[in-house]
Amino acid sequence: MALLSNTAVLLGKELRTEFRSRELLTTTVVFILTIVVLFSFTFDPSVSESRRFGPGLLWLAFLFAASLMLQPCFLREQTNDTLSALRLSVGDPFAIFFAKLAANTLFLLFTQVLLLPVFSVLYNVPILAAFPQLVLVMFMGSLGLSVTGTALSAISAQARMRELLLPLLLLPLLTPVLIASTEATAALLVPNPLMRWDWLGFLLAFDVVFLTALWLFGEYLLEE
Amino acid sequence: MSDATLPGDGSRELTKKILIAAVVVILMSLAAYASLFVAPTESKMGTIQRIFYLHAPSGMVALLSFFVCFVGNLAYVFTRKAKWDWLSVSAAEVGMAFCTVLILTGPIWAHPVWGIWWTWDARLTLTFVLWLLYTSYLLLRTLVEDPDRRALISAIYGIFAFLDVPLVYGSIRWWRTQHPQPVIMGGPGSGLEPTMRKVFWFWFLNLVILMIFFIRERYALEAMRDEVQSLEREAEAA
Repeated sequence: MALLSNTAVLLGKELRTEFRSRELLTTTVVFILTIVVLFSFTFDPSVSESRRFGPGLLWLAFLFAASLMLQPCFLREQTNDTLSALRLSVGDPFAIFFAKLAANTLFLLFTQVLLLPVFSVLYNVPILAAFPQLVLVMFMGSLGLSVTGTALSAISAQARMRELLLPLLLLPLLTPVLIASTEATAALLVPNPLMRWDWLGFLLAFDVVFLTALWLFGEYLLEE
Repeated sequence: MSDATLPGDGSRELTKKILIAAVVVILMSLAAYASLFVAPTESKMGTIQRIFYLHAPSGMVALLSFFVCFVGNLAYVFTRKAKWDWLSVSAAEVGMAFCTVLILTGPIWAHPVWGIWWTWDARLTLTFVLWLLYTSYLLLRTLVEDPDRRALISAIYGIFAFLDVPLVYGSIRWWRTQHPQPVIMGGPGSGLEPTMRKVFWFWFLNLVILMIFFIRERYALEAMRDEVQSLEREAEAA
């Protein structure tokens, strides 16, 4: 239970840090918006074309945004060496990861839910018919992005060229998330929305595998 | 170290190395001969099918190397002995070499047979993603200075990368595939002609030997590099 209470405190700290500056959320929302607009020039955004390409471009935009947004996650702790303080203050180092990945999942989910209506209006894709299901898919997808992204941001923070390195490490690893989320989203954006539980189960498997890996190996990443 | 023992040992070591290398070269030549002259010509695809003996085992051996890398990564995380890191990097590089052979021989075979160089089918895509994952792994290693840090964080990335392999394969396979169903150890009725099968397994065995040979050589190089570095540090400290 110490893990949960520690995590709750740390999560509060992550959220407070973000909502004081709102830097991360603002830049991410604008970034995704830019990509969504730029994509409209690469194909003819008619209703049928948007249904075909929309889900993929949406998730690709989320993936790129995540690979940028997760960058400061551990870097921020390095500037004043607050990571050592964090490590000293919690019993289980997994709490640090758990709090950070929970915060990142919330941030990503927030930007997704915010941008979904914008996407729907710009590309003429109705989303209201299956909105709760869409949010569920977005949550499972964001969790996958955050679990791997948080771990890899702890890795890339310790290397040179870290800004370029994180997307390079993260994006190939996220292939399964991209496929599963895109397929599940695509099935929800057609005239007769269908919840693809098989792809959702796949996302769940991805999340569980990497959450376990992070739980087993994460603490070694925080060693001095 | 006295000069009296070193040259003798060195030359014996070298003789051993040359002998092993000679055996590997002879085995590879035999394998090349077997695939070109012993194996029968495939009835539909013709001579181009002979590239299969290099192509398919390369893929299997690449996966085997990546598995060795994964084992090395796990062992490093738990024991923190530098030798496991040397094994991991050696296996990753050798695996990359075989993976590159796989990616290059694939299109050479596919173009005359399927009429296209590349298709986004499950196994091709998996190979490409695998190639990207291990490129990132090797790239990450070049970007961390401290040897212990490099060993640790690349080991953890290596573990993540290898865990991703079945997930990538599962997702792409579920999504679309047009590759021939596994011919080796596939379902009933998917067998190879007996001579072809023999040549195939002979190639596989040879490539495994080649893999072990490369990994050993690369490991020795890494060990030597480590020794040079520690000698340099000693010299600096003195």
